[in-house]
Amino acid sequence: MRPLNNIKSTAVPLPIEDVDTDQIIPARFLKALTREGFGDNLFRDWRYNNDNTPVDNFVLNNDLYSGEILIAGNNFGCGSSREHAAWALGDYGFRVVVSSFFADIFKGNALNNGILPIQLTADELDSIFKAIEKNPKCKFEVDLKEQSFTVMDTEEAFSFEIGSYKKMCLQNGYDDIDYLISQKDKIEAFENLQIMY
Amino acid sequence: MQKTLFDKLWESHIVDSIDGTDILYIDQHFIHEVTSPQAFDGLRRRGIPVMRTHKTLGTADHNVPTINQHLPISEPMSRAQVNKLTQNCDEFGVELYQLGHEKNGIVHIIGPELGVTKPGMTIVCGDSHTSTHGAFGCIAFGIGTSQVEQTLATQCILMNRPKTMRITVDGKLSKGVYAKDIILYIISKLTAAGGTGYFIEYAGSAITSLSMEARMTICNMSIEMGARGGMIAPDETTFDYIKGRERAPQDEAWEKAMGYWQTLKSDDGAVFDREEHFDASDIAPMVTYGTNPGMGIKIDASIPEVENIESFDKSLSYMNFQKGQSLLGHKIQHVFIGSCTNARIEDLRIVADFVKGKRKADDVSVMIVPGSKQVEAQAKEEGLDQIFEEAGFELREPGCSACLGMNEDKVPAGEYCISTSNRNFEGRQGPGARTILASPLMAAAAAVSGRIEDVRELIH
Repeated sequence: MRPLNNIKSTAVPLPIEDVDTDQIIPARFLKALTREGFGDNLFRDWRYNNDNTPVDNFVLNNDLYSGEILIAGNNFGCGSSREHAAWALGDYGFRVVVSSFFADIFKGNALNNGILPIQLTADELDSIFKAIEKNPKCKFEVDLKEQSFTVMDTEEAFSFEIGSYKKMCLQNGYDDIDYLISQKDKIEAFENLQIMY
Repeated sequence: MQKTLFDKLWESHIVDSIDGTDILYIDQHFIHEVTSPQAFDGLRRRGIPVMRTHKTLGTADHNVPTINQHLPISEPMSRAQVNKLTQNCDEFGVELYQLGHEKNGIVHIIGPELGVTKPGMTIVCGDSHTSTHGAFGCIAFGIGTSQVEQTLATQCILMNRPKTMRITVDGKLSKGVYAKDIILYIISKLTAAGGTGYFIEYAGSAITSLSMEARMTICNMSIEMGARGGMIAPDETTFDYIKGRERAPQDEAWEKAMGYWQTLKSDDGAVFDREEHFDASDIAPMVTYGTNPGMGIKIDASIPEVENIESFDKSLSYMNFQKGQSLLGHKIQHVFIGSCTNARIEDLRIVADFVKGKRKADDVSVMIVPGSKQVEAQAKEEGLDQIFEEAGFELREPGCSACLGMNEDKVPAGEYCISTSNRNFEGRQGPGARTILASPLMAAAAAVSGRIEDVRELIH
């Protein structure tokens, strides 16, 4: 996993609520056997028409907007547990997703793939959308160490929460699995005490 | 101190904790073809085995055709993915019910029907509807592929403990109201995000009076309000369901297990982080009108006139519905009866009981996809297949099918499907498909007239 510490980037606004993982990556694209290449089909049915031509007014098809940060509406990533949603966002180039609320499984999947989900208040989210509306090239700074998200045009800074363990993993690019494997003795000791029916 | 059932089970499965995150031991891991290949690759890369093969069980369900399952899968990518599952299970020594096997079926249907799912367990699967198994008094929830890999490698995952919520539904259900209506009603009240961060325990007389099949329908859709899972304390109904099943404990082991299972309940006075109460008599047959499962109304209600919410308008525009509109009498083109929510034998019996001697509307296609080979066999043994055939309903072979549109079972763009599945997201049943979620009885009634009906007026 690629470490994540400090990111300065423009952002892509997606002010839609309840974006579910079927929108992020539709089920018909889940047939692959690897984690790569899902970015091409990120938001497929919003991004392309049935004849595969780009949908003009969808934000990913608008040259004004680009960057490593996605700013999304409330309850982002609800629905299916497919980690392919996190892979698609990462493969496309997003490293940070900002919303006022994330679905649980998506949040965990993002963190396990080096993508930082930043939860801010509804008002803070709104001010970010406004800043992008005013200047689509507005830059934002994510400082994981300080747990701050700054609108560089206005110098407004918002703080966000992240568990210390997950923060350490992201900063160093560690997977949960490395840690769990290192705990194998404890796990086996636990099993020996467990009564199973 | 009084504890909730959830807290008791969670605490009894903690191996260790790190900065507030728990290493949670997993008693049973189910895998399927779509969310496991990358996890097995991870093991291969690290050169490590599956830690506990006997606690891991595989089935092919998401990406399989529901006709001609005895033939090789024609779609090359689907074939490759299903074959990969077989190869991985062979290589790592994991038991697999592959396509066509007499015990194959949707993962959340076969676990309970084989007696693998038992009270008090922690259960995970790379599928959000793993919450289904909570009906047996389990902590069961969906995980992503990285966590599938963790479970394969270490039989544990790292998780922060969710908060607890109890949803109590008391009273007697009205005629024509089923478990699907209860859960669609609850989600419509709490919204599609209302349960996020919580693990739910369902309680109350309207819940405990339900069969295991119905309880599974309720727990299955816990994720549709964002909750990681939902559970129901086991009782005699639970024990009766498990007894005698293939993998249920026998004889002395059964007595020992019962001694433990009977203790599995929240203590009187246990404090939940949140409590919600509903009255069963308030619940009517439900339909959804929008593009998330929280957008549901009673069949005799109208679509709410919500103002100034862009997502709401976008959703209605996708469905081609208007604010204030009633769905009663609305024409539909497709009926899908299936999925891990409603494809158990009880669901098929409800449908058969209603359609016996009737015929589907001419311009409607009706697909019934049983949840497993065993459900399919049972339906045939009871002669339900004959009733379906005479009604013009197509009984297919088991799989997730049109619930998620991974295989060729799709709803064409712009057409309406009344579906017993769990998600009405945009494009869920195929690009442009318009899904209306409802109970099996509501789906059966719509199949006969070609329009959305109020089943209360059709049953006696």
